[in-house]
Amino acid sequence: MTEHLSDTREQIVEGLRQIAPAAVAVSGNTHIMRDLNLDSLAVMDFMLTLEDRFDIVISLEKVAEVETLDDLVTVVEQLRARKLKS
Amino acid sequence: MSILNKFAPLRQTYDQLRAVGQNPFEMVFEKMFSPTEGLHKGRRTILLGTNNYLGLTFDQDCIDASVEVLRAQGTGTTGSRIANGSYGGHRQLETDLAAYFKRKHCMVFSTGYQANLGMLSTLAGKGDYLLLDSDSHASIYDGARLGHAEVVRFRHNDPDDLAKRLRRLSSEPGDKLVVVEGIYSMLGDAAPLKEIAAVKREMGAWLMVDEAHSLGVLGAEGRGLTEEAGVEADVDFVVGTFSKSLGSVGGFCVSDLDGFDVLRVGCRPYMFTASLPPSVMTSTITALRRLQQQPELRDRLHANAHRLYNGLKDLGFRVGPQPNPIVSVALDDQLLAVAFWNRLLEGGVYLNLALPPATPSNLPLLRSSVSASHTTEQIDRVVQLFETVGRQMGVLPALPPMRRSKPALAPGYPANAELDRVVAVGAR
Repeated sequence: MTEHLSDTREQIVEGLRQIAPAAVAVSGNTHIMRDLNLDSLAVMDFMLTLEDRFDIVISLEKVAEVETLDDLVTVVEQLRARKLKS
Repeated sequence: MSILNKFAPLRQTYDQLRAVGQNPFEMVFEKMFSPTEGLHKGRRTILLGTNNYLGLTFDQDCIDASVEVLRAQGTGTTGSRIANGSYGGHRQLETDLAAYFKRKHCMVFSTGYQANLGMLSTLAGKGDYLLLDSDSHASIYDGARLGHAEVVRFRHNDPDDLAKRLRRLSSEPGDKLVVVEGIYSMLGDAAPLKEIAAVKREMGAWLMVDEAHSLGVLGAEGRGLTEEAGVEADVDFVVGTFSKSLGSVGGFCVSDLDGFDVLRVGCRPYMFTASLPPSVMTSTITALRRLQQQPELRDRLHANAHRLYNGLKDLGFRVGPQPNPIVSVALDDQLLAVAFWNRLLEGGVYLNLALPPATPSNLPLLRSSVSASHTTEQIDRVVQLFETVGRQMGVLPALPPMRRSKPALAPGYPANAELDRVVAVGAR
């Protein structure tokens, strides 16, 4: 499970680096909008990329729960786990 | 500490706009002369950002019928249809709209915004899914937020992306409602509706089309993209507004779905708001008739739209992907866009300034909406002014002096020499 989690995190960070130059150094506490200088639209568009990368559906309600990188990893991980179960 | 502190970044942007010149979000017109001309700070100004597609706001029949009903039935209904009851006009308008759209049912709302708020929040409930085009209008996003369904976005105008997302949801039990727009309000591009309808059929979803900017604009009979694309049988709900082609205010939803009328007692944005005043309904009923009796209005609208779109495109401006009555010019920089917009206004042309993040691709837009009532001279005047400002601001390459053309001027507008001066003053 830990390995699975780190895989999710790695892929998310890699994706963030493609859209935000400030994402070179990120930690779990990095605030995605404020610290990476992304607006709400950029974050929503990034979610489309993550949906395709992990073959999941991230509803806007889930996006609203996300502030930090850790939040995002948790949400994506939950959705991936749910998909594996179904 | 103030409860408004959270708006500090917004306040900063707002103040910056004021500092550049006229704040585009604080425009006041002292007078309206016609659907295409108003008075701003004492200057006759071409209105090119009012979504008045057919120019019916000054239609004599609409005004006369409306005034007669205003005198006979008073200024307002003073409450909701649930509490105060309906007027004959409410039912008449719903009957006329249903007949025009060849649908069994129609519900009228007090604004187009409320039509989306009401339909989206009510149709899709807990456990259901709303699939929204990523470039959807704010009223669609807000309607989705008001309800209890899960909201999923798909890439703008991409039927394959929609299919992919519907496939991911195929094992989920709830209803899936796909929402798209006939013409998108920022760039004027139309949805690939035939392909989206095919996806909807294949995946077993419901489909709603917002024809706010396409009613009276697209389709042989003006019913919008749904008619033009030949997919009326696939579209379960059509929503729209009266405040564009029909020149008044209000919104609607039409459908063939059996049992549709139950929404009258389940849709809160329909139930808990004052209904449309009788005079507004009468002008809308009359405008709907005009729209059907005068297809030449649509022809004139499209001729004007093509003239503006091609004129700006040929000059080298970056316009939207297709010529429709919404013609937008994208610029690279926000401050440049604000300055450009101010100089257009100083030259006697008003249009909309749309700023990120409310715009696709995060670019500032100078957004025009053309009317059937614009004259050829007005359109040419706008293109000319765009060229003058564009060259002065370095958006277009400068030309040698001999190639400067003289614009055909409508009476009352600054002559070319004066125009250059006005633009130069604006540049300071």
